Amino acid sequence: MGVEEKLPSGVLLTTVEGVAGYMRKASFWPATFGLACCAIEMMTSGGPKYDLARFGMEVFRASPRQADLMIVAGRVSQKMAPVLRQIYDQMAEPKWVLAMGVCASSGGMFNNYAIVQGVDHVVPVDMYLPGCPPRPEMLIDAILKLHDKVQHGKLGPNRQAQIRELEAEGLAALPTGDMKGLLR
Amino acid sequence: MTDDDKDQKGGTEKPGKVVPEEARDEPSRRAPDQPAVEQSPENIPAHLVGGEPTAEVRVVGERRGMFGVTGTGDTSGYGGLVTPVVLPGAAQRPYGGWFDTVADALDPLIEQVVIHRGEITFHVGRDNLLRVAELLRDDPGLRFEFCAGVSGVHYPGDTGRELHAVYSFLSMTYNRRIRVEVSVPDADPHLPSITPLYPANDWHERETYDMFGLVFDGHPALTRILMPDDWPGHPQRKDYPLGGIPVEYKGGTIPPPDQRRSYT
Amino acid sequence: MSTTDDVYAGSSETSDGRVFTVSGQDWDEIAAGLSEEGGDAAERVVVNMGPQHPSTHGVLRLILELEGETVTEARCGIGYLHTGIEKNMEYRSWVQGVTFCTRMDYLSPFYNEMTYVLGAERLLDIEDDIPEKAQVMRVLLMELNRISSHLVAIATGGMEIGALTVMTIGFRERELVLDLFELITGLRMNHAFIRPGGVAQDLPPGALDEIRSFVALMKKRLPEYAALCNANPIFKRRLEDVGVLDLEGCLALGLTGPVLRSTGYPWDLRKTQPYSGYETYDFDVQTWDTCDSYGRFRIRLNEMWESLRIIEQAADRLARLEGAPVMVADKKIAWPSQLAIGSDGMGNSLDHIRHIMGESMEALIHHFKLVTEGFRVPAGQAYVPVESPRGELGAHVVSDGGTRPFRAHFRDPSFNNLQAMGVMSEGSMIADVIVAIASIDPVMGGVDR
Repeated sequence: MGVEEKLPSGVLLTTVEGVAGYMRKASFWPATFGLACCAIEMMTSGGPKYDLARFGMEVFRASPRQADLMIVAGRVSQKMAPVLRQIYDQMAEPKWVLAMGVCASSGGMFNNYAIVQGVDHVVPVDMYLPGCPPRPEMLIDAILKLHDKVQHGKLGPNRQAQIRELEAEGLAALPTGDMKGLLR
Repeated sequence: MTDDDKDQKGGTEKPGKVVPEEARDEPSRRAPDQPAVEQSPENIPAHLVGGEPTAEVRVVGERRGMFGVTGTGDTSGYGGLVTPVVLPGAAQRPYGGWFDTVADALDPLIEQVVIHRGEITFHVGRDNLLRVAELLRDDPGLRFEFCAGVSGVHYPGDTGRELHAVYSFLSMTYNRRIRVEVSVPDADPHLPSITPLYPANDWHERETYDMFGLVFDGHPALTRILMPDDWPGHPQRKDYPLGGIPVEYKGGTIPPPDQRRSYT
Repeated sequence: MSTTDDVYAGSSETSDGRVFTVSGQDWDEIAAGLSEEGGDAAERVVVNMGPQHPSTHGVLRLILELEGETVTEARCGIGYLHTGIEKNMEYRSWVQGVTFCTRMDYLSPFYNEMTYVLGAERLLDIEDDIPEKAQVMRVLLMELNRISSHLVAIATGGMEIGALTVMTIGFRERELVLDLFELITGLRMNHAFIRPGGVAQDLPPGALDEIRSFVALMKKRLPEYAALCNANPIFKRRLEDVGVLDLEGCLALGLTGPVLRSTGYPWDLRKTQPYSGYETYDFDVQTWDTCDSYGRFRIRLNEMWESLRIIEQAADRLARLEGAPVMVADKKIAWPSQLAIGSDGMGNSLDHIRHIMGESMEALIHHFKLVTEGFRVPAGQAYVPVESPRGELGAHVVSDGGTRPFRAHFRDPSFNNLQAMGVMSEGSMIADVIVAIASIDPVMGGVDR
């Protein structure tokens, strides 16, 4: 089922990637994972003033099985982390995760026993959005950047090649801990 | 700082502790030759001088050093300072206004009464707590119908009475607020639960148990409420670490808040 | 892609009986499984409305025992948003503590700040020294917050029962309030604006005009909610006689706020134990007499009108108080930094920097000591509750004489109010559980802290 199993090759694949990417990003349904203050800003982004419906994202699917994007909005506590993982697993491929706010990206101001220091400890994240809470415009900016990423996402053998490339780059890259002279 | 309440008071017989004798080699850690509580009383705050010479202050620990740093990180020179941590002491009768009415009704059951900034706190022993709660609720002159909740406080320096459970009561009929405080030792952190009398305290007692390890006997279902059910330890105790991780940004690392050099 | 392949679907045997995970189109499997049990067990189903749910008003876990559509037992699982804010505050100075406590009940941040700051000010014994303009600004911001919080309560309550238009208009109005917040404090949410000693900054120029035009606009917009909901038969059928809790129940469970006032008892801390000058404002306490969700909804609407009255009065006072100080005069407590908009955003005002670097040594020392060390608060404890949109919100602040809160415990109204969920919903249908919770309006950040 789905596009991924019936991919052509070569030039046709590029066209399919473009079309599939466009379809996916134009109707990108978020799953409700609003936790704390960022959830309120997420709701206002869906509200009338900062309308997410113009990007095809007004429908916040309550069921993760019908959602493409999980916007983790708010602080993820130790008790909530397994729930987060379960919801992520219940989403069907292709799926993306946007960590909204500093608490979801890195634990935020709550560097303590109760908060998971970044949801990338629990789920793979595609877009990090800092802010406490990020303004709705910032959220829309992050979503648009994610749209860009989705639009240009590769399928099939191209994707596997891209993954191999990214992985090799990542393994060879200089860790931030070893970068010197940045605090200027 | 004019509002400095870190004072010294000679020879009180109140429940409290004096400076412990810890023999260590560093000069800042060696017990002072003259413990703080026996040093000269020139630093007694103004409200104790002349006004109420018999007002007793309660020592709940000591503060060493001016800032939170210990060891070689402390270059301030204030490391040798040893002062007792003092909480406002017992008040004497007459308390004034309706405080006396309430105190009269509760009289034999109270250990100590503290009046600070217009708020009254009744210190009660744990064996008397249920009786006090019953009186507060049922006595027509008291009518404290509303219990705002239990708050736990952990004073590690107050040996024998480390865990305090602070109950806040409100009388809507008379528009009064009081506080009832019960202290229990760490070794035996049991308290009677007042949930049968004030059902509102149900979750508050569960939270205090979860965060401090105070066991409320008689509670219908004393389980963890905020932390996951199998979490070890009681997070808000002072001996439980804050649990943060070091944060790295562009080559620099900051340790978690409880391990940083602090200036407070 | 059938349910039997999914690791999260199908059924499993546990010590408490069979657990089914429903994933859609598999009801006959569940019904078959249930009928195997036989007897009582086949009739009682325990349903988990998990922490992730669009209608549970946040990360609230509801464990419902159902008999058909009727709820026989309802329990709440909370703690999914526990952030350890109270413990974090013990490692920060008194002023930094405001930035933490503001994020507890995230829909009414000013109230969290206010109760904490009132506790700290009581311990500092500067309650009488707070300048009038600071008090008026606090009242103004709190009442604006009350409006925005009630709007979210009504909006999300409406969404949860399916009235999506209520949600869009609620958030539309809320944007107006958030614009005002941004103008005055710089942030839309989680402002750390109310500080021990006063407020962080003076009103910017033009704020009063914005406030007045906001009030005028709200007076035209609020009747929309009444027109949409008050006499709406579906709305009334869903909300009337749902979530009933009479006065004895409310007092026994320690409920305050609109839930208590829906029983007819006019208990409002702004009137009975006023703070920050509330006794000088002219407003009424709104009550309703039906003890149900409809009453609480009407109370929230009416309270928004009362808040508009208070805001008008506050704006008039602020017009008289041009140029008055907003921080306590004692320089050993007053937060020193003045902010101004520079070429690259908001930062330390250059005037202030010139003053502390060039003109006054004391100011430099005060700035340094207050920012690094913070002021010391005399030892003791204080509990000064405020009337937040959800009820009595109080911070029990304990100081050991140092520069950090020794313990700051918040008695959050939602924590207490949510205990009543079971009492309100047992015996009713699942849909009524949602409405009951929406009428309590819990904010899980405050419940779990």
